[in-house]
Amino acid sequence: MTTLTINGESRTVESPPDTPLLWVLRAELNLTGTKFGCGRALCGACTVLLDGAAVRSCVLPLAAVGTAHVMTIEGPESRELAALRSAWSELDVAQCGYCQSGQLMSATALLTVTPTPGDAAIDTAMSGNLCRCGTYPRIRAAIHRAAETLAR
Amino acid sequence: MPRLQRRHFILGSLGAAGVLAIGWAALPPRQRLLPGKPLTVTPGQVALNGWVKLSVDGTVTILMSQAEMGQGIHTGLAMVLADEMDADWSRVRLEQSTLDPIYNNEAVLMDVLPSTPDGDGLGKRAVRHLIGRLVREIPGMISTGGSSSMRDQFLPMRRAGAAARQMLLTAAATLWQVPLGECSAAAGLIAHRSGRKMSYGELAERAAKLPVPMDATLKSPAEFRLIGRPVHRLDAAAKSRGAPVYAIDATPPGLLYASIVLCPTLGGRVAGVDSRAAAAVPGVRKIVTLPPFPAGLLATGTVSGGVAAIADAPYQAMRSVGLLDVRWDHGENTDLSSDAIGAALAAGIAADNPSVHYEHGEVVRALAAAATTIHADYEVPFLAHATMEPMNCTVQFKDGAATVWCATQAPAFARAAVAKALGIRDDHVTLHIPNLGGGFGRRYYSDVITQAALLARETDGLPVQLLWTREEDMTHDFYRPAYRCRATAGFDAAGRLTAWQTVSAGSTMGQPVLLDSSTDGASNLAYAFTNARSAHQSVESAVTMGIWRSVAHSQNGFFTECFMDECAAAAHRDPLAFRAELLQGSPRHLNVLNRVAELARWSEEPPKGPDGTAVGRGVAIHESFGSIVAQVAEVIIGPTREIRVRQVYCVVDCGLAVNPNLVRQQLEGAILFGLSAALHGEITLVNGQVQQKNFDTYAPLRMVDAPRIETEIIASLQPPGGIGEVGTPPIAPAVANALFTLTGKRLRSLPLRLG
Repeated sequence: MTTLTINGESRTVESPPDTPLLWVLRAELNLTGTKFGCGRALCGACTVLLDGAAVRSCVLPLAAVGTAHVMTIEGPESRELAALRSAWSELDVAQCGYCQSGQLMSATALLTVTPTPGDAAIDTAMSGNLCRCGTYPRIRAAIHRAAETLAR
Repeated sequence: MPRLQRRHFILGSLGAAGVLAIGWAALPPRQRLLPGKPLTVTPGQVALNGWVKLSVDGTVTILMSQAEMGQGIHTGLAMVLADEMDADWSRVRLEQSTLDPIYNNEAVLMDVLPSTPDGDGLGKRAVRHLIGRLVREIPGMISTGGSSSMRDQFLPMRRAGAAARQMLLTAAATLWQVPLGECSAAAGLIAHRSGRKMSYGELAERAAKLPVPMDATLKSPAEFRLIGRPVHRLDAAAKSRGAPVYAIDATPPGLLYASIVLCPTLGGRVAGVDSRAAAAVPGVRKIVTLPPFPAGLLATGTVSGGVAAIADAPYQAMRSVGLLDVRWDHGENTDLSSDAIGAALAAGIAADNPSVHYEHGEVVRALAAAATTIHADYEVPFLAHATMEPMNCTVQFKDGAATVWCATQAPAFARAAVAKALGIRDDHVTLHIPNLGGGFGRRYYSDVITQAALLARETDGLPVQLLWTREEDMTHDFYRPAYRCRATAGFDAAGRLTAWQTVSAGSTMGQPVLLDSSTDGASNLAYAFTNARSAHQSVESAVTMGIWRSVAHSQNGFFTECFMDECAAAAHRDPLAFRAELLQGSPRHLNVLNRVAELARWSEEPPKGPDGTAVGRGVAIHESFGSIVAQVAEVIIGPTREIRVRQVYCVVDCGLAVNPNLVRQQLEGAILFGLSAALHGEITLVNGQVQQKNFDTYAPLRMVDAPRIETEIIASLQPPGGIGEVGTPPIAPAVANALFTLTGKRLRSLPLRLG
């Protein structure tokens, strides 16, 4: 039994401690917004926030989470995530959408630390998140728009 | 001068002859309004025809037969129906359709059968008529591919919306005892000129009792309220909230999880397995050996056999598979290699007697008479689809019936695969098709669906979800085949192009010569060639191969548009002006080319890159799936000799752009998809095994490599063309042509690599 703080709530889970957090979220807690893409931290589809930082949950063992606060796409909406979601919808970012939970988590982490990122900072923060539909130009634009909204 | 393509010509003749023999009147036009079985409705809901249901609370439910895999087709199709119905857009909901033949995809058949007959004469109309009749009779010919959804459903969806609107108008006029002409519809309300109003919901039950008008009047384009507008996607909110909209998110009660390892050699099987350690993993219920099986329709090769573990939790199943000790029977493909296939392709383009798909004029004579000739050989590699959502399928087999949650572009193939695996009838299979986490052609194939169905026999009625790892997904794809092409051109003494010939070699993916689409995008080009020919030499192998975004256009766009650039250089002409001259007789193409020249400021010197780096600029234009796309790419060579595409300008003539916002989105996506392949994409085989296993060795484009993209849509009221794939073919040649201006060297092989 492991006790985690997920989306602001304390949750006790039965998965063995070596289970990657991704599978605990998806199968045991039914938080399926976090996606499996590669299993090797190469694509970012499984990105969640660990104390605000973007991490790849497919390679993060349950035992390594400890007391850190886990935030998933289903969690309470921070200012940053709210602004990003609005921008995502206004600019019609998503296509198939499968990578978008991870993209939004990475973008949230970026804006939390760097409220008005330039293109280079966006590219650096977001280049761990693959998208096969090619939504990158719109993600870039949406992050800028969310940053503008937050700065107002 | 008539343009003859052999396949076109033969089909046209057959069609005309067929119609004459049977008699025009004996073939009623296909009706697509009323399904064989009425739609099922919930309390308070009525069906107005086979495409739309209306609830007393005003909710409009539109039936979707097409797969939403990111291309936005659900939003686009819903707009079409809602516009003609004058529905309240905010009350529109979507529902998966049945597999009734009214949803059968006629447009994709017109393409897949001997491609689209040219012109609009008797032959073409006859063929369409026959195909319509054929399509009507065959159950389950529903598919999402070939950029065909809007082309196929634009009119049926409009007719369905218009019929619904007319029924609502008639219901109101009858109730109010006023002439129909005094009533009007807008945004979910019927109004009488007296000011009296009723909502669609209030009128639903009365309207549903009326006969369905088969010939309701369609709006004129000036009356469109949604069509042609940049409406936001209907799925945006769900997809930004992590809603469970994919097959992988299915969680029926009692769900078990399966993982699998497939024979790494394509087509191999399990010879034996020691599963003691694997079975000892806590939570593991069963270890199951699965057989190899043939790839099926629209593909080649044999799906490898493998061993699966079924467990209570997904990670238990994955761990268990990792502990399996499998002895493989590698089968017959152990000497299959991409190098050997490459050599066979090289021999193929020099073959004596390739199958001629298109001939215009007399190429052989023109080449012999030419003052100068040039030729060039091109090659493209195998490619994986690498959808972000790995292959998965959930099946519950209980009391002789199956319930399936799967991502598929061809639902009837999927249903048949399950029925066959379980030995049950098709109508004992219920499919739930959520959104697809990417398709690109991969999800035409039912390999994982067959495997999941076989596993569902082993779980005593509990549902089981089979999920492939990324490694299985990458190494057991249906790859875009590798191809080569030898292109030859002749010029007269004045430097005018007098002959054009392409001979390609590669898999025809099981299609007989008449139906072979291998030269689509190389045959019947819009350029006004005096003498032209395209031919194809079938070179087959045991690789599992299938269709990939833009299909044959994905390689033929590269071959033809790179060679066109070489011809321009040989003629000492500007590549854009040279193309424009050959397109004088094709006003739509010429317009697209001229617009992209203007957008990219082609007449000016290209801008300098950072620190004064030289920027190379290349152009390409390609028609596919009824749409014409031209692109200009601006490219620099980075400090470590890496190719960096900074900017892409893209112009499309896709006929009427139903949703310009979605059209732009698809162009951007298709450009980046094509750029991934142009710069990085390559699957290689050694000893029958795919060498690339994950996103480190098959590396799609990342954000840092994504160029800026500027798109323009030509305003048009022509019928909608395809849009999901059409942006892919021009990008590789545009980039290759741009690199030539920087290096003076032609790169004729993909992925593009500077020496």
